[in-house]
Amino acid sequence: MAILLDEKTKVIVQGITGREGSFHTKLMLDYGTKIVAGVTPGKGGQEVHGVPVYDTMEEAVKEHPDATASIIFVPARFAADAVYEAVDAGMKLVVVITEHIPVHESLKFINYAKQKGTTVIGPNCPGLISPGKAKLGIMPGHVFKEGPIGIISRSGTLTYEIGYALSKQGMGQSTVIGIGGDPVIGTSFTEAMELFEKDPETEALVLVGEIGGDMEERAAQMIKEGRFTKPVVAFIAGRTAPPGKRMGHAGAIIMMGTGTYQGKVKALEEAGVKVAKTPFEIPELLRQALKK
Amino acid sequence: MKLFEYEAKEILKKYGVKVPKSVLVKKGEDPIEKMKQAGLEPPVVVKSQVLVAGRGKAGGIKMAKTWDDVKRLVDELFDKPIKGIKPRLLLIEEAIPHEVELYVGMVIDRSERKPVILASKYGGMDIEEIAREKPESIIRVHVDPFIGLKGYQARLIGKKIGLTGKALSNFAKFLTALYNMFMDYDGELAESNPLALVGDEVIPLDARLIVDDNALYRHPELAKEILEESGEYTEWEIKARKKGLAFVELDGDIGIIGNGAGLTMTTMDLVYEFGGKPANFLDIGGGASAELVKTAVSFLVEFPKTKKIFMNIFGGITRCDEVAKGIVKALEELGKLEKPLVVRLAGTNEEEGREILKKHGIEAFVDPIEAVKRLMEL
Repeated sequence: MAILLDEKTKVIVQGITGREGSFHTKLMLDYGTKIVAGVTPGKGGQEVHGVPVYDTMEEAVKEHPDATASIIFVPARFAADAVYEAVDAGMKLVVVITEHIPVHESLKFINYAKQKGTTVIGPNCPGLISPGKAKLGIMPGHVFKEGPIGIISRSGTLTYEIGYALSKQGMGQSTVIGIGGDPVIGTSFTEAMELFEKDPETEALVLVGEIGGDMEERAAQMIKEGRFTKPVVAFIAGRTAPPGKRMGHAGAIIMMGTGTYQGKVKALEEAGVKVAKTPFEIPELLRQALKK
Repeated sequence: MKLFEYEAKEILKKYGVKVPKSVLVKKGEDPIEKMKQAGLEPPVVVKSQVLVAGRGKAGGIKMAKTWDDVKRLVDELFDKPIKGIKPRLLLIEEAIPHEVELYVGMVIDRSERKPVILASKYGGMDIEEIAREKPESIIRVHVDPFIGLKGYQARLIGKKIGLTGKALSNFAKFLTALYNMFMDYDGELAESNPLALVGDEVIPLDARLIVDDNALYRHPELAKEILEESGEYTEWEIKARKKGLAFVELDGDIGIIGNGAGLTMTTMDLVYEFGGKPANFLDIGGGASAELVKTAVSFLVEFPKTKKIFMNIFGGITRCDEVAKGIVKALEELGKLEKPLVVRLAGTNEEEGREILKKHGIEAFVDPIEAVKRLMEL
């Protein structure tokens, strides 16, 4: 088992004819993801790496009624529209790779999706992968291996680095989710943790946070209250980042005194979570946590 | 993007808000002349138009009781840097006698995924200070982004910060205008502090609006052409932006390049962990070309704060051989690197990448910890 995504999930790629969409469609297909259709308005009737392209989500779903997930590579100005289209076409899972979507747009489509029962991952995220089964995202598949560790991360590259370090030490992963670097995102730490808690294959969890917002504090609260019971190891990026400056990610900013490194580490440690000083300590800390 | 006080007030006027009468003065202009034309007389408040917070405490706001005061203070404030930034413009505003100062602001609550309104009867100090000194005074109300701010919510907030009668409905009207501006202008923050209570009227003595950079395409009239004037960036941050680099200046002396925001921050932290101080944050992003890598390396060599440079790359989408080619290009263009460079390359095409660097006499590490240790020895 894994969460949200496995080898049976049927996927539609929105924005499949674009440079990124087409490139990653190929990589996802190579990894084994079941991509059944693509959508680009005005490009209906074409094929991309053997995948049929439709003008609208409605047509794609009509021809492929078993599709339940979509991944969005649409430019920022049109991405919100693509999310509404996916939700209205009945998708259960929508992964938004696109960066630079106005936050007022994300705010609305995330609230809308929630009302309709659709899970949104992102925006501004690398997507998710259930190693050995399928990937719905832009991460390099080869750095991840199948196994019992769940990873939830606000970062992209750092996740690959951590996944690689774990895989090398023989600690494979059940599902790895990059939840995105924007201030408002569809799936938070705690929401992803609820899914990992229920997944029998996941034995322990790695949380990769960063400065800004209060998701790490909320995760700590959840652990403290006993709503997440598996061992957790965390890493927080941005210990040396100054307040008021945006560090690459739109969401990585210490504002109004909240979102500091120290605050997050304190909350997590009080909840009994081991916080790694560098990402390279994570495998050892996990090993210790699993022994207990 | 942060807007200046005078800009935020101009926009508020469009929403029917009464703001203090004022004139805007550039350096070299005669403030007295401008005031007379606008029918404005002392006493007035002269306010430095800078974007840094805590302007009042830093001496950027002065009361002028006479025409002589105006002349003197205008000269004084133009020459006075506020947290390092001299104003290009001053706002001269009628002085509004008042006894009560309120706070009202709004941001997006990231966890609730809704706009949240914050209000307090203790205005005049900044929100962080209110949160420290009078946390119980802060009223928080979330707004459904689809339904918008309802009249009763606005009145409820007003009631809770001590307003009654006509003042309550005037406050509700003001709050609705502020909220509408926040939503229409893709606000990250909209704030009025202090909001003065004068009889039954509420008058914004200050106004702030921060617009989401990602939404600027929808507000072309706001897009500032000259980054220098925004006051948000340092000289080198502006240079970097013009070259298309995601760069933040810091206080230390070790140049940092990484790929991906999280990994770049982690690289800064790693350097710090081993006793170094990062001079910057520079993220080359995913799938960087050799050309971009060359630009980034050359930029940090030129950046005067750096004594040595640490480059930490984990190749996922980014290819290590492409990165290595970029480093070599920089080396060829600069003749030689005047500052020591330590490279850590791992992930996609790492062997090819290290091979290229080796041929040019640059050592590349696989293990980031070993790389940082080497960096600190240099």
